[in-house]
Amino acid sequence: MGHSRRTIAAVAALGVSMSLAACGSDSSGSGGGKKVQLALVAYSTPQAAFQQLIKAFQKTPAGKNITFTQSYGASGDQSRAVASGLKADVVDFSLEPDVTRLVKAGLVASDWNSNPQHGFITDSVVTITTRKGNPKNLKDWPDLIKPGIQVITPNPSTSGGARWNILAGYGAASNKGANKPAGVAYLQSLLKNVPVQDDSGRKALQTFVGGKGDAVITYENEAIFAQQKGQPVDYTVPASTILIENPIAVTKNSAHPAEAKAFVDYLYSPAGQAIWVKNGYRPTVSGVAGADKFPKPTGLFTINDLGGWDKVTTEFFDPQKGIVTGIEKSLGVSTGK
Amino acid sequence: MTSKILETDSTGLGTPPGPVRPVARRRPPGAPTALGLGSAMIFLSLIVLIPLAAVLWKSAEHGPGFFWKSVTTPDAWAALKLTVVASIIVALINLVMGTLIAWVLVRDSFPGKAVLDTLIDLPFALPTIVAGLVLLELYGADSPLGINLAYTRVGVAVALLFVTLPFVVRTVQPVLLELDRDMEQAAASLGAGNWTIFRRIILPNLLPAMVSGTALAFTRSIAEFGSTVLISGNLPFKTQVAAVQIFGQIENDNTASAAAVSTALLVVAFVVLVTLDLVQRWGSRRG
Amino acid sequence: MAERSGVTGPSVVSKYVLRVVVLAYLLFLLVLPVVLIGWKTFQHGLGPFFDALTTHEALHAFQVTFIVALWAVALNTVFGVGTAILLVRHRFPGKRILNAVIDLPLAVSPVVVGLALILVYGRFSSFGGWLEDHGIKIIFSTPGMVLATVFVALPLVVRAVVPVLEEMGDEQEQAAQTLGAGRWQTFRRITVPGIRSALAYGIVLCLARALGEYGAVAVVSGRLVGQTQTLTLYVEERFQNFEQPAAFAAATALALIAIVSLLVIKLLQRKAD
Repeated sequence: MGHSRRTIAAVAALGVSMSLAACGSDSSGSGGGKKVQLALVAYSTPQAAFQQLIKAFQKTPAGKNITFTQSYGASGDQSRAVASGLKADVVDFSLEPDVTRLVKAGLVASDWNSNPQHGFITDSVVTITTRKGNPKNLKDWPDLIKPGIQVITPNPSTSGGARWNILAGYGAASNKGANKPAGVAYLQSLLKNVPVQDDSGRKALQTFVGGKGDAVITYENEAIFAQQKGQPVDYTVPASTILIENPIAVTKNSAHPAEAKAFVDYLYSPAGQAIWVKNGYRPTVSGVAGADKFPKPTGLFTINDLGGWDKVTTEFFDPQKGIVTGIEKSLGVSTGK
Repeated sequence: MTSKILETDSTGLGTPPGPVRPVARRRPPGAPTALGLGSAMIFLSLIVLIPLAAVLWKSAEHGPGFFWKSVTTPDAWAALKLTVVASIIVALINLVMGTLIAWVLVRDSFPGKAVLDTLIDLPFALPTIVAGLVLLELYGADSPLGINLAYTRVGVAVALLFVTLPFVVRTVQPVLLELDRDMEQAAASLGAGNWTIFRRIILPNLLPAMVSGTALAFTRSIAEFGSTVLISGNLPFKTQVAAVQIFGQIENDNTASAAAVSTALLVVAFVVLVTLDLVQRWGSRRG
Repeated sequence: MAERSGVTGPSVVSKYVLRVVVLAYLLFLLVLPVVLIGWKTFQHGLGPFFDALTTHEALHAFQVTFIVALWAVALNTVFGVGTAILLVRHRFPGKRILNAVIDLPLAVSPVVVGLALILVYGRFSSFGGWLEDHGIKIIFSTPGMVLATVFVALPLVVRAVVPVLEEMGDEQEQAAQTLGAGRWQTFRRITVPGIRSALAYGIVLCLARALGEYGAVAVVSGRLVGQTQTLTLYVEERFQNFEQPAAFAAATALALIAIVSLLVIKLLQRKAD
């Protein structure tokens, strides 16, 4: 029995020493000089962009003594984490309702979107992404509802970001919401061609590059990111699609509001926006280098054309009587078993 | 609890260190020390009971009508049905296969057995996303084995079987190891057939372990999340399991609905656990 | 279970039938997936495997994983053995309910585990707020992750130990006490050796579960890169960033940790025997 007792003691000692080691490394990271540490909480997609942005920011006078803790995850998860107490100075989400949640919780000032960009740090559009060379010639929304075509898009009930995809198809087919029955009929046929609904946008893209499906509905910046990571995909910006707007905000309870604002200002600056552009995001300020590479769809519309998030959320995604819920139900019942 | 087994051999051939045959209790079980029971209850309360009570509270705050409505929305109901049925099937398969695996690992010997024994716990240690990915690759559309289960309910069951594999095996295995072979030999020498020996000697001893392993597998199945998403396709009303539906409710800020559906799962689990316990006691009383 | 027709022990036929059935089942459900993971990890040789695991982030994730898993396993072992003894050797009101409640944590979906812990220990709850005022931060730091891990692995040690405790009875414990041994001595000399193998299985199972947990830990960790990221979270993050080799390397590392700990425990057991 002596053995196991010694073992337990050794294990316990190891545990204690490691927790001490962990504390040590944490405090040494934040200590020293007048260094300020900002907590950035963001959705998962811009992780690569932020790593470059933070490096570049730290080279500017304003960012010299600022270090960051970073947290990336699904936009809704991140927003809920901040709402339940995760420390954050700057929050960056994929869609506006995730900031609205924090405004309601009193963590973000209600005038967060009063700047000329309305609080949106980056834009993107919903694209149709296909295999390299687009073998099935899928270029526009009607192509996706042809029989036998498999389309990947995440589950709109678990992925807030996936709602952009659904709404892009709906808006394009309904002439920006004017012809609602046509839009609903389109979604019915579209979802019929969706064999798998992952729980997040990035996972849907992973499923696609893993070999499933003929096309994946995804954001332009995601498609560009996949290409930059060497994935054999091509993407098309349909003539009619939705403008994606990603909000950013400084929290009200930030311990370092001035530094946090300086960081956000840098992200809006031409230099900062240029880095966003390099990572596939459309800039929200004009005159940014490289911004002309993005095709301008003729039939671009915004969430406001469809009535704004509040209206759209109840109308389409309400778990009891939303349009999408109804479609999923009819499809599930007819294909079930 | 302990089962009465063969009435024949009751002589104490105590081979030390002999966790031997079940014994009749001779001392009424004493009351636990206040310290022991107290600390167990504090631990359990802090980690499980209070947080779970908070969830129950959340689901009850809008009244029973709301609870019922949340649980019976079409997608929640479909997800609950799929989850419970799949979990029952998975638990039964685990009951049989898990016991067989434990049996073979303890009583049989063949080259590679040790390796197999070591691998059993892996499904627990693998991140669910990896499990899902690998299962999809093996049993998806491009299956190298020619078995395509992707986006079907069978796929859900396979993913669940994978993540619950260790439960029954690892609860039955130690009991089998401790089981005294003398009794079986004694019974055999008295002319009992193999089936009789199994039914009268081995099974009653294994039963408690089999039941608790199966209960664990069942409860784990009804809550499983990550591994099933990829292979099931996660289609609402068809292959979406309850855990994903709950996640969707949370994403929609319907925390109370999420809590309600979770509560429904908890109730199902609780009923199943209590039933199993009763069945087991009834079974062991029949001996 | 298969019929057996011999007089002494299982007949050869049924033994082989059993073996084949079990091996086939494990081949499809366990061995092939594991082989595929191994192949995906090592298809480009050992170099990428070690490169992926020696990045600063990965090393830190190892450290976090170990801390969280060790605490969770230690807590669950103490609680598990204690509760198992309570359930088998004692009688008290509410015992049957306790017995059923032990398993319930498994039935809670991971996101809800996170939600439940946040409801109680989060900064904006009364208890969590009180703790935070006294400088104890639980959610979005290591204690919260330990709590979540303990939660999801709670029944494993209890359920491994209970059947063996029942099976062995308390004759010897009583004998020891009659001979004047104290409670602790009885426990150490009689009970522990008796449940040793079951306890070992329970601990390994608990450790494996602690290593592999994702959902609940993800919610309460705050996902701070390089701070509260466990290996599982790291796998998820790498995977999301199109770095499958790194993701598979970390997953394989997790599997190897589980294997090694199983082997170590087996060795210790053999030594003690």
